[in-house]
Amino acid sequence: MRAWVLALTAGFFLLSASSANAEQQFITVASTTSTEESGLFGHLLPGFTKETGIEVRVVAVGTGQALKIGERGDCDVVFVHDKPAELDFVAKGFGIGRREVMYNDFVLIGPGADPAQVGRGKDIVAAFRKIAQAQAPFVARGDDSGTSKAELRLWQEAGVDSTAARGGWYRDTGSGMGPTLNTAAAMDGYALSDRGTWLSFKNKQDLKIVVEGDRRLFNQYGIMLVNPVKHPEVKQALGRKFIDWLVSPAGQQAIANYKINGEQLFFPDADSRRPGA
Amino acid sequence: MPDLLDALLAAWQLVLSGDPALVAIVSLSLSISLTAVVFATAFGLPLGAALAVSRFPGRNAAVVLVNALMGLPPVVAGLFVYLLLSRSGPLGGLGLLFTPTAMIIAQTVLVTPIVAGVARQALEDLWRDYGELYVLDGVGRVRTVASLLWLGRFSLVTAVLAGVGRAAAEVGAILIVGGNIAGVTRTMTTAITLETSRGDLALALGLGIVLLVLVLAINATAQLIRNTARSAAAI
Repeated sequence: MRAWVLALTAGFFLLSASSANAEQQFITVASTTSTEESGLFGHLLPGFTKETGIEVRVVAVGTGQALKIGERGDCDVVFVHDKPAELDFVAKGFGIGRREVMYNDFVLIGPGADPAQVGRGKDIVAAFRKIAQAQAPFVARGDDSGTSKAELRLWQEAGVDSTAARGGWYRDTGSGMGPTLNTAAAMDGYALSDRGTWLSFKNKQDLKIVVEGDRRLFNQYGIMLVNPVKHPEVKQALGRKFIDWLVSPAGQQAIANYKINGEQLFFPDADSRRPGA
Repeated sequence: MPDLLDALLAAWQLVLSGDPALVAIVSLSLSISLTAVVFATAFGLPLGAALAVSRFPGRNAAVVLVNALMGLPPVVAGLFVYLLLSRSGPLGGLGLLFTPTAMIIAQTVLVTPIVAGVARQALEDLWRDYGELYVLDGVGRVRTVASLLWLGRFSLVTAVLAGVGRAAAEVGAILIVGGNIAGVTRTMTTAITLETSRGDLALALGLGIVLLVLVLAINATAQLIRNTARSAAAI
């Protein structure tokens, strides 16, 4: 027994020693489930690490939680998609040097039978109204993520009080994009998803895109450094290198190159002339 | 049904492929959970023994507390450790958040009450049977506890195995303090969560089957050791 304890304790210290070695050259990035689950990071990061020797450790959570992690100083860089919340984050001094990196769009997912008769139109707000009128099941994120906030803005624009319908046709799952789509697939419900997660999602069952292409479904991703003045441990130089690389021609090209079944998931839109705010 | 067959197939393919990423995930899972159980045993056994043999005001309350903490939700344990280790928390200076060490700490918090609670019950029964003998012989407190631990060693294995089960199965705590970072803090259970999110249910369940087999192997080994030791003790 004692030998076991010794062996395991030794193993534990080896483990911590090996992570200590890597510590010289890594940054922690709080990002969203959409960038991780769509496979974008798996495609982008090896190239960046090879070029710079910097390992990027991604903690993938909802945008709200990612910003919270940054606020507490638990990461170096935040890479999310909720512009109003990001600007607020910068305004409050938690983040600096925000840059826009890429965009994709949200799509309305629904069952193939389309019980709310949303059709394949382009008007997302009209579609939301139809879902509310038909009281068709709508599966919502409800987790303070970028997608969740975008969805809530759309309900507001449609003049539908989604909170009042909670527990009825509006089903607030409080979970990530993938679990929400799993739930929608199981209960033949509608859901708002970012296109990237949708394309890489493997449990589609009977679900299909029912509305896409509305200007209001635009989904901008932004990246910023956690403010080193508030949190001196932030790896400023390494973090900046990552941000600069993503908005550089090489990084932008790498983003554009990521495709699933020939379909591009994210569209680079960094304005390289604009210096950090 | 075809889903379940797909999962079995996925599990089989995972094992056959010997994928280095899978090997890394499995060994990280095992080293985190087993290390946490070692620490939890080191804290939990003496705690359980102390609660079994001593009588002090508030002991009942302490027993109830330990028993209640056996059911501590992993997410709560994770959140507690997260707030401790966060840069903005009291231990933030250590920079331990999102590392395997943080995951070991969280699981130790989670498993210690289980080891202590099960051990207390087993030792209390022994104490009821033999306690008077120790008192009559004038054996000191520390030696009494050591002797009881040795007497009860076979039942205590169950306490430790309950801890192993909890540590290997939980995802709530390590997901929060580890962050499920690929290649750094991704374990079996957090990988299962991720694959479920991706909608790759067969792969998720396949990973689950691999995990189940591993836990089964640990328990079988413990049972084997216990039986061998028991028959050796009988001779």
